[in-house]
Amino acid sequence: MSDFTPLPALAGGALIGLASASLLLLNGRIAGISGIAGALFRPAAGEVRWRLFFLGGLLAGGAVMAFLQPQDFPMALARSPASLIAAGLLVGFGTRLGNGCTSGHGVCGIGRGAPRSIVATLSFMATGAATVWVVARFFGGAL
Amino acid sequence: MTDLAAFVSGLVFAAGLALSGMTRPSKIIAFLDFTGAGGKWDPSLLLVMGAAVAVSFVANQIARRQKAPLAASAFSTLPSLRIDGRLLTGSALFGIGWGASGFCPGPAVVAAAALMPASLLFVPAMLGGMAVYALCESRLGWVALDDAGNPAAPPACG
Repeated sequence: MSDFTPLPALAGGALIGLASASLLLLNGRIAGISGIAGALFRPAAGEVRWRLFFLGGLLAGGAVMAFLQPQDFPMALARSPASLIAAGLLVGFGTRLGNGCTSGHGVCGIGRGAPRSIVATLSFMATGAATVWVVARFFGGAL
Repeated sequence: MTDLAAFVSGLVFAAGLALSGMTRPSKIIAFLDFTGAGGKWDPSLLLVMGAAVAVSFVANQIARRQKAPLAASAFSTLPSLRIDGRLLTGSALFGIGWGASGFCPGPAVVAAAALMPASLLFVPAMLGGMAVYALCESRLGWVALDDAGNPAAPPACG
């Protein structure tokens, strides 16, 4: 399973906070990944370039970190391809309908003190936990 | 300048996600396993989010005292007060996919750059789900919201 790693968690969390702080204080924007990516499907004037640059940075960071910390990118499939595709559809549609994900609501929204983001975060944590419980209890932890 | 700021922000965001182990779906699932039904509970995600929220809170306090951001003309972060069925349903659906896969959008995109097979299946499906939602906006007249949750200006095309 997975061990509690408090120090990397705090350090990584601080970096995520700094990233969203810099996007807010420099560009006046919210570092919500689903919003940044999802808005590209209905592009508005002046709303495309910075989103592509942010996503480019995210991908570049992923490539660098895969080289530095390969153990954090497991290559084995823990879920069947069909489950991953169904989950992807739910995450893509759900984050756009709910207007945010773990970053936009969970980090930026709660950091802003937005009540709707607190409600959204409690909501996706609750269904996430319920799903994990059902998978562990009735599917033997495999999906 | 805004392009560079966006790129660096994305880069640092990815570093934080990978450093904290959030690109490992097993770590997300072990956090969501509050009852320990599948093994030992891993509270790491709580600390990741706590540290990120703490820094974000300070940044928002600074932003509140400024008229405009340093490199752009205005903040696009006016808080929305809307708490409705759409927010709850969307977040609930997202949570089901999150718990089933161990992926949320940020770590999934970062893992795709690392060519992680699970993410290479997940991310195209996620983009498909976003495209379906965009179709609901353009064909069914669903109200578009901006990144802060307020009704958005109509898109230039689409």
